[in-house]
Amino acid sequence: MNPSLAPEILSLSLQHLRLVAITIAIAAGLALPTAVLLARRPAARRWVLSFTNIAQTIPSLALFGFLLPFIGIGEHTAILALSLYALLPILRSTLTGILGVDPAVRESAMAMGMTPRQILWQVELPLAVPSIVAGLRIATVTTIGTATIAAFIGAGGLGVFLVRGIAMMDKQALLAGALPAAAMALAADEGLEWIERKLSPG
Amino acid sequence: MLRHINFTVEEGETVVLLGRSGSGKTTLLKTVNGLVPPTSGEIRFEGRTAAQWEPVEMRRRMGYVIQDAGLFPHWTVEANIGLVPRLEKWEPARVAARVEMLLETVGLAPAEFRHRYPRELSGGQRQRVGIARALGADPPLLLFDEPFAALDPITRYELQQQFLELRRTVRKTALFVTHDVREALLLGSRIALLRDGALECLATPAEFLASHTPETRAFLACLEVKGRPN
Repeated sequence: MNPSLAPEILSLSLQHLRLVAITIAIAAGLALPTAVLLARRPAARRWVLSFTNIAQTIPSLALFGFLLPFIGIGEHTAILALSLYALLPILRSTLTGILGVDPAVRESAMAMGMTPRQILWQVELPLAVPSIVAGLRIATVTTIGTATIAAFIGAGGLGVFLVRGIAMMDKQALLAGALPAAAMALAADEGLEWIERKLSPG
Repeated sequence: MLRHINFTVEEGETVVLLGRSGSGKTTLLKTVNGLVPPTSGEIRFEGRTAAQWEPVEMRRRMGYVIQDAGLFPHWTVEANIGLVPRLEKWEPARVAARVEMLLETVGLAPAEFRHRYPRELSGGQRQRVGIARALGADPPLLLFDEPFAALDPITRYELQQQFLELRRTVRKTALFVTHDVREALLLGSRIALLRDGALECLATPAEFLASHTPETRAFLACLEVKGRPN
């Protein structure tokens, strides 16, 4: 591979990472509190999950295109769309984690005189942590992949190489985008899996 | 569900709630600590009705032990047992001393068990920890919901003996749910027999053995080893 690409690979990788980090921070910031609220509200839970499910089925290129006339091209449009995609796995797995707590454990917590807030913070959330991390892992890995498409709406990142590679039939550019993205996804997967294992009780 | 139930549990006695599955015994136990609020009628505890109690405060004065113990899997034995004292904001040193004392009370060596997690314990040991946790902040009333039902007969026997021993030493008032008539006769100062949500009989073990209601007879028949082919 042409060594002159190295500085660009580095800078676009960093930009890519930035996109992913901001996306995951926003998605997690929204999904975690929402999951906590929904855990005690089964009716609302159905509605919100259907909405996030629908958001998930919209092809990413179409969603980018749809958002363009409203908020224009650039990073913020990409981050908005990517956050929508990352919401579902985090929301769903957090809910699964909280609702998956053994009813006997929740019941004894209540019977021992813990307040609902204490049950949430001391029992439900700690027991849901492995599941939450699993959700973050899926969201991060898919966002790293989907974020490459963000280059089509001028958000930068490793997708820039892909756009160029496709337009100019340049195999080297394609690889310069695809390989670092794949490596990043693998590293995120491994790293978060390690954290997931560390945090699993037992 | 439950109807026409009216009785008083005296200080220091163990009232066993006996009945078939679905007779309402567990529901009755849960109305006592407010997990299932009664639709009519009232529960009085230490002279106050449930409505006059702050539910959280009342529950901390009622130890609770369930089948399989319901221990918190992410906490050590020590953290589990120290729960209510911590909720009551005891000094850490006082909590630690209390945990040590309670482990000894239920027959587990503190040095060996304090730092274990529930999954590192046998069923019987988990249940002992469950009892120690219920005794945590020295509550005046203990509620037991079929605590020994999932144990093998020998471990169950050991824990029943432990229960009797505890009653001699700590003198607690207890409500004890079981479907095992032997356990009821062994542990109860009085037995409250429930049938279809109503109280059929409230009697001492001796009276219960001599009783002839249909449901007491049905339960007493379980004690016999009649009908075994030779």
